Amino acid sequence: MDKPVASRSSANPWAPPASRDAAAPRAPLSDRLLPFVGPVLLFIVWGAVVRIGLIKPILLPGPIDTLGALVHGLAGGPLLSDFLVTVGRTLEAFAIAAVIGMPLGIALGSNQRAYRSVEFLVDFFRSTPASALIPLFLLIFGVSDINKVAIAAFGALLIVVFNSAYGVINARKQRVMAAKVMGASRWRIFRDVLIWESLQPSFVGLRSAVSMSLVIVIVAEMFIGSEDGLGHAILDAQQVLNVKTMYAAILAAGALGYALNVLFLLLERRVVHWSGR
Amino acid sequence: MNTVANAPRFADLPPARFKPGPAGTHITIRGLTKYFAGWPLYEDFDLDIPKGRIVSIFGPNGCGKSTLINMIAGLVPIDRGEILFDGKSLKDTRIGYVFQNYREALFPWMRTLDNIAYPLLLEGKSKAEVDRRMEELVASFDVRFDLKRYPYELSGGQQQTASIMRALAPRPEVLFLDEPFSALDFEMTLFIREKLQEVFMQTGTTMLLVSHDLEEAVYLADQVLLLTKRPTRVAETIEYGEARPRTVETLSKASFIDTRKRSLEIFQREVRR
Repeated sequence: MDKPVASRSSANPWAPPASRDAAAPRAPLSDRLLPFVGPVLLFIVWGAVVRIGLIKPILLPGPIDTLGALVHGLAGGPLLSDFLVTVGRTLEAFAIAAVIGMPLGIALGSNQRAYRSVEFLVDFFRSTPASALIPLFLLIFGVSDINKVAIAAFGALLIVVFNSAYGVINARKQRVMAAKVMGASRWRIFRDVLIWESLQPSFVGLRSAVSMSLVIVIVAEMFIGSEDGLGHAILDAQQVLNVKTMYAAILAAGALGYALNVLFLLLERRVVHWSGR
Repeated sequence: MNTVANAPRFADLPPARFKPGPAGTHITIRGLTKYFAGWPLYEDFDLDIPKGRIVSIFGPNGCGKSTLINMIAGLVPIDRGEILFDGKSLKDTRIGYVFQNYREALFPWMRTLDNIAYPLLLEGKSKAEVDRRMEELVASFDVRFDLKRYPYELSGGQQQTASIMRALAPRPEVLFLDEPFSALDFEMTLFIREKLQEVFMQTGTTMLLVSHDLEEAVYLADQVLLLTKRPTRVAETIEYGEARPRTVETLSKASFIDTRKRSLEIFQREVRR
């Protein structure tokens, strides 16, 4: 079979940013540096503000100092253990939400009557800030490690359920019809079409869910008596006015959130390879 | 069980006896009724579709050409009536269906090869049987593109070719084609038209083609079914007996031009009505 025909048509407009080393013509250097303009500008302004003395160094240390504290902290300092604890809790909460939420969402989505009956609950609790439920979870789980994971898992779960259910509900009707006309049973349509159709929205849900898990875990670490974690590190440093450590911990939390998001985007592109095409 | 408040005072009339179509009928439609938003689209619609022939369905906008074949294919529920394939119900009949929108008909999570083999796997065919059938299909379609690619990596024409191969894989008794060319460029339309004619000459599968292009409808057809505006009835059935294979020359033959002209006249009469 001659490949040139097919490969010509596969020159689609979508190009993964991850493969910058691919054979495709490279954008000029100045274009590829564009993403760095914003961060560099921020650091320049930040440095200038500190240097001129617009903000007291006791409230805002210089960018070099802060980055130094971040690197030092993550390279074996106390910040590293807090960072790892937070990563662990976030992933635990996320895993619980994903393992329960995706099957539950897909099951609810394929049974519209079931979904309609719980739709209000899902929407209501999805709209309730999870942090507002912290006291409730304190009553149930006490001041424990499980508590932080449990409340983050709860918040993330609703997002996963909602997105997976909608993925099934909004599956392309024609694909379902195509399977039906080929004689697929309801079970085969569910297994071979609906689950796959729901994957892309499910991934959107998973990505939001991992962000939500991180947010709730950090909040929980701040306010549910905690001995470790980035949230604890931020609050602790603030209370003793150790601003360098505080900013370093904030940056670490930001970097974690960003990295998780990118990781899930890459995962989504691999798994749902047909998305957007 | 609820009791009926206003029970009819008359006895139910015995249902009219099922009138079979003439010899050589494949699909018999009797008393088909379909309401659309409260208005009848089809009311007591009868139709006989001959076996082993290509029937093109043509008619004014909104007369329900696609709805008709979707009802026959079981994709749109009917309100009343009966549709039989050689006396069998749809459940016992193998059918193939080619959608206009190939993008949303193929499964992008499967390789093109697996898409085509999917109906065979649904039937529970063994690996060897599937492989043999796939080889036949690839040979008869003279496939020049890589079937290991995903559908979205193929051109529109290649995707529609794959859809047709998928529809034909289980050797259907009836092949439904819902405007299969409208999303394709001219070159691909010609190619797939020839392929369909080839397959038809090889297998003699009954085909129902919905088309919005009269030339295309007549070119492929043994019979052109012209429909009226809604509530839809059959305006006229025009036979077109030109021998196959039909080629580009066919398009300039008197019989073709005459059939197209008559079809167009009836179509215009129905649109103005």
